[in-house]
Amino acid sequence: MRKNGFARHALIETLHTVQSSFGYLDDDAIRFVAGSLRVPLSQAYGVATFYHYFSLKPPGKHTITICAGTACYIKGADKLVAAAEKRLGIVPGQTSPDTQISLMTARCVGACSRAPVMLCDNEVAGEVTAEHVLEQLERWAVE
Amino acid sequence: MTIEELEQIQESVRAESAKFDFEVNVCMDLACSSQGSDKLRDALVKAAEASGKKVLVRRTGCMGPCSSGPLVRVDPEETLYKHVTAGHAEAIVSSLGGEPVPALQCDLREHFDKQVRVVLENAGHIDPEKIDDYISREGYKALMTALMEMTPNGVIHRITESGLRGRGGGGYPTGLKWSTVSKAGGDMKYVVCNGDEGDPGAFMDRSVMEGDPHRVLEGMAIAAYAVGASKGFIYVRAEYPVAVARLTTAIREARRRGLLGSNIAGTTFSFDVEIRLGAGAFVCGEETALIASIEGKRGTPKPRPPYPAVSGLWGRPTLLNNVETYANVAPIVRNGGKWFANMGSERSKGTKVFALTGKIANTGLIEVPLGIKLWEIIDVIGGGVPDGHKLKAIQTGGPSGGCIPADMMDLGVSYDALMAAGSIMGSGGMIVMDDTSCMVNVARFFIEFCMTESCGKCIPCRAGTAQMYTLLTRICEGTATMDDLEMLEDLCSTVKEASLCGLGQTAPNPVLSTLKYFRNEYIEHIQHKRCLAGVCNIQAPVEVMA
Repeated sequence: MRKNGFARHALIETLHTVQSSFGYLDDDAIRFVAGSLRVPLSQAYGVATFYHYFSLKPPGKHTITICAGTACYIKGADKLVAAAEKRLGIVPGQTSPDTQISLMTARCVGACSRAPVMLCDNEVAGEVTAEHVLEQLERWAVE
Repeated sequence: MTIEELEQIQESVRAESAKFDFEVNVCMDLACSSQGSDKLRDALVKAAEASGKKVLVRRTGCMGPCSSGPLVRVDPEETLYKHVTAGHAEAIVSSLGGEPVPALQCDLREHFDKQVRVVLENAGHIDPEKIDDYISREGYKALMTALMEMTPNGVIHRITESGLRGRGGGGYPTGLKWSTVSKAGGDMKYVVCNGDEGDPGAFMDRSVMEGDPHRVLEGMAIAAYAVGASKGFIYVRAEYPVAVARLTTAIREARRRGLLGSNIAGTTFSFDVEIRLGAGAFVCGEETALIASIEGKRGTPKPRPPYPAVSGLWGRPTLLNNVETYANVAPIVRNGGKWFANMGSERSKGTKVFALTGKIANTGLIEVPLGIKLWEIIDVIGGGVPDGHKLKAIQTGGPSGGCIPADMMDLGVSYDALMAAGSIMGSGGMIVMDDTSCMVNVARFFIEFCMTESCGKCIPCRAGTAQMYTLLTRICEGTATMDDLEMLEDLCSTVKEASLCGLGQTAPNPVLSTLKYFRNEYIEHIQHKRCLAGVCNIQAPVEVMA
């Protein structure tokens, strides 16, 4: 916040910083940011819920993100999501009950030329098959 | 910084590179780096040191044909190598000065021959984190020329003369926009760059920001001079962390060189740029929503007028252009408006970068003169549809665009021709679909996208897209009737005409264009409960015993 001079219009930047430090935005964090930047709590909460990038729930230890952009869709990203859903027993946006793995989908990460694409803890992998997804989940499971 | 100093830097870079006999350029763009091009670079550096040859190993931005990555280009011979791994490093280094490594050679002559590179002229040739690399390729010369030799109106005139149109998709004449902002009153104006590339399936803006960030800064600085602004913002998607890092470095380096900041080149012109992060909202590509987001608010659009050119960021006149539009500015100022206007078609001048993806052999980034025929892009540059499948359609313009059927491949790519065909130019995503894609399902995919991305401010978009999604799902599941199809068409026109902003107004396009060209697929789903592409999971109808 100091970096942006406590400017009110730096609300989104500040929330980004909080999320990258803590992994998600909890009520306390949003209250604190709103108070410090002197923006109404309603605006801070509104912004935090409006943008998909902000998460109000803590993520799992690992996150697998499957790209759901158009190029990935054409190349069968739905099969990857289905495989991960089946293996983990959760739907995208949820974290497995043991808090180990979060399953997410993304609106295009910009690696469309290697579709379908997944991100394993922000590491990009291209030309992914359902087997790759399961292998990765297996590797995390034995950790 | 003066022109002379700029030339001195060019000289010193040239002197520096003259010390090397060979330059080995490694593509470090996302597609290549996700296949280990960073390890490859380290291996090349090591092999070069061990060989004792005078080799410069350089990391670069996207070279284009991503499907052949990781890519390496050896200069001065311009030998392109494909699918290179760290294990090939020694072979490549030892081949320098002799015959190239045949097994790795990438022959894509046809792929490159049809292309004309303006925006991507530096891509694959410079290290994006070195400002001197950019300067050595005529970088910042256009800004200097503008400041020293041209009036702001002269710059606007040159842009108008070039016929450049907005590369974000709208196609609004750039010169006209600049002149509106320039004429707007007030002592404070802003220049904003839209790097929120939300169209899923497009990544040219990411590549430009990551591979040649100074080009964007230079374009913005020239624009600021032309319209009388002193402050700029680049709005970048949070999903592009590398682009943010590269732009941050570029801004710092440009400030250090006095190319951004106060009194640039000893003139009275001052300009500085700040980066603003998006947070994952497609609607923020719409200009008024983007402005709201920069102000730290929810990205909801406002009715226009007033247009941002008159009342934008914090109520001030604001010039808003897309990354690729700014990337075209420096070459136009350098080479003249007529040079640019000589490329392209009657009403769509210059070149356009497309992200060619989907069911096509050569996926990647291409830059072509506008007016080029679609078949030239697909068959010649793209290398055709692989695995013996048949081309079915090409999707352009993302969720706001439409699908162009295979029998219209003679279409020349221009703003107007695509619009007439029921699609739009859009930001430049070009997704190739073959006979394994179901067009009804594709339409549903885009409507689902628009439904979740609708900001919810106006009802036609918020409720309309949800109802369209329900109807399309029914069709995909084989439970729809012909009445549903009629209702869908009705809804399309309502959403199109009554929505507040571009998102809603164009959301029905994927449905309308597939209905226009692939109506038979809709009918098959409804009347015969069949999905010809085998994508939709339609339950076999239960035979009722009489």
